[in-house]
Amino acid sequence: MPDRARIVRKYDLTEDVRFFQVRICDQEKVFPLTSTYSPGQFMMISLPYVGEAPFSITSTPSRPGLFEFCIRKVGRLTSKLFELEENDFIWLRGPFGNGFPVEKMIGKDLLFVAGGLGAAPLRSLLLYALDNRDLFGKLFYLHGARTPRDMLFREEFFQLKQRKDFQCYLTVDEDPEGNWPFDKGVVTSLFKYVKVNPKNTAAVVCGPPVMYKYVVEEFIKLGIPDANIYMTLERKMKCGMGKCGQCVVGHKYVCVDGPVFTLWDVKNIKGLI
Amino acid sequence: MRLFKIKRENLIPFLRGLEGFGELWGPVKKGESFVYARAKPEDFDMTALRTIIPAKKFFLPSKFTSLKFKDNRWEDDYRPRKRVIFGLHPCEIHALNIYHKFYTRLYPDPYYLRAKAATLVVGLSCIPDEHCFCYATGTSTVNEGFDLFLTDLGDRFLVWVGSPRGEDSLKLVEKFLQEASQEDIHKYVSWRKKRDASFRLKIDLDGMPEIVSFSYDSPIWEKMGKACLSCGTCTMVCPTCTCFDLEDEYDLRRDEMKRERFWYSCVFREYSMVAGGHNFREARSERLKLWYTHKLVGFMSEYGSPACTGCGRCVVSCPVGINVVSVVKALKNEETAALWVKMEVENA
Repeated sequence: MPDRARIVRKYDLTEDVRFFQVRICDQEKVFPLTSTYSPGQFMMISLPYVGEAPFSITSTPSRPGLFEFCIRKVGRLTSKLFELEENDFIWLRGPFGNGFPVEKMIGKDLLFVAGGLGAAPLRSLLLYALDNRDLFGKLFYLHGARTPRDMLFREEFFQLKQRKDFQCYLTVDEDPEGNWPFDKGVVTSLFKYVKVNPKNTAAVVCGPPVMYKYVVEEFIKLGIPDANIYMTLERKMKCGMGKCGQCVVGHKYVCVDGPVFTLWDVKNIKGLI
Repeated sequence: MRLFKIKRENLIPFLRGLEGFGELWGPVKKGESFVYARAKPEDFDMTALRTIIPAKKFFLPSKFTSLKFKDNRWEDDYRPRKRVIFGLHPCEIHALNIYHKFYTRLYPDPYYLRAKAATLVVGLSCIPDEHCFCYATGTSTVNEGFDLFLTDLGDRFLVWVGSPRGEDSLKLVEKFLQEASQEDIHKYVSWRKKRDASFRLKIDLDGMPEIVSFSYDSPIWEKMGKACLSCGTCTMVCPTCTCFDLEDEYDLRRDEMKRERFWYSCVFREYSMVAGGHNFREARSERLKLWYTHKLVGFMSEYGSPACTGCGRCVVSCPVGINVVSVVKALKNEETAALWVKMEVENA
């Protein structure tokens, strides 16, 4: 049964992507739900009369109380979500999915590569790592967007870049207004800055489908093992509980066996990417 | 082991007695085929083999209201009626066992569990026809998953009790029951020999998981894709297909929203299409490959057996002859008469 939740804050991240902060209405459930999930998990958001769809959680369990989502206006449900105001209600089920295996990443260097909306699930893990900074080795975050206007969490990353204990590199494909102060070019061009111990690194990528191949090639060039390369995938999902079948790939249900998979899974299970 | 027998002439009063548990449903003739219908026991067809739609419809109906939304509140009032389902053959019960494993793992499905609790399964033995291949899937005999199982020995039926609920239900029909004797067991043994000798369709599923996996890039999927009509019949008639879709419907009359849950098919084009229009399986061949890998490989690795029980429904239903038999034969380079195998494709 979906839980009612209130939109407590919303603002636009780009022209078509909006940030939502929501709070579960049932006080008893707020803390258990918002403090125990894994970065990389997702929730089913539903609006009665419209439908239900999966969305990555972009907040971190290390900052409980609220769930955060970034949502691109792309279909029927998301268009309706964009009509909602602060204090309006939505309904949530979840969290679902395997999430990132945070325990396996402890003690390792972390390398994040985000493209476009792929920043949404990666932000959850990044903030988690920054909140638990001592648990991890070096921390590199590479983020690419089409233009400065399309970069999610732009201001947040400008702020985070100030932190001395992690390396954040931002790039844009094009800079039509000509005032972008950082790198230009595709996200793989940022790999020149990366200095990690490849055998003891967990690499994470999320972005548009075309991006995976090129980024994974860079990971392999660095010498990171298949089992330490993680990617989080998108599929159509209706139930989130490994039942409706619409996210099936091979014999895996992306909603319960994923959405986080290793490069080995991707090589082994045909059709994942 | 609890084993009884009833006289043939007592079968109808026996079934009528079981109605004390719930509505009586069983196989009746419809046109050239059979369907499970609510009927009087005298109208049941004792020769029926596969029904058009399998018994999964009793456990998760083809369409039902999973949730209602009214006055800002969600409500789940799905309450299946109590039913006795008569005439399920071993392949059907094996399929229900797969269904059970699937729907009770990880996040048990509350709708399924309610229907399961409301349904008394009364199995019935059968003699295979030319489309049955349950001997090849190891599902020609069933040991669990039924409440009662009847074996037709001509002048009598053996009644095998498979669950405590089955045992309880026998209290409704106690007066027809007799203990099974050694002679009955002998009769059963010779019936079984006769039954095992009457399979006509020759097929061997051995090697299926890895041969399907190794054949990922085989041109046979293209051939199938060219012939397939994406009609979805295979998935509707398959007793182990579980996929469904959800859609919100507004009921104007009652001013409430209903979240309808209905059977869905991986061969439909929209199945793997996400918002924004990206389709992860645009080609029909990709969707068929998913169906066959899921049936013959996926279930093997998750549950230890293929999700095919040899019922032959795909064999008699697919309008272009794409079915487990023709696909397995084609994958194993064996002769098959299926039309789709002759399709011309570029990379063949």
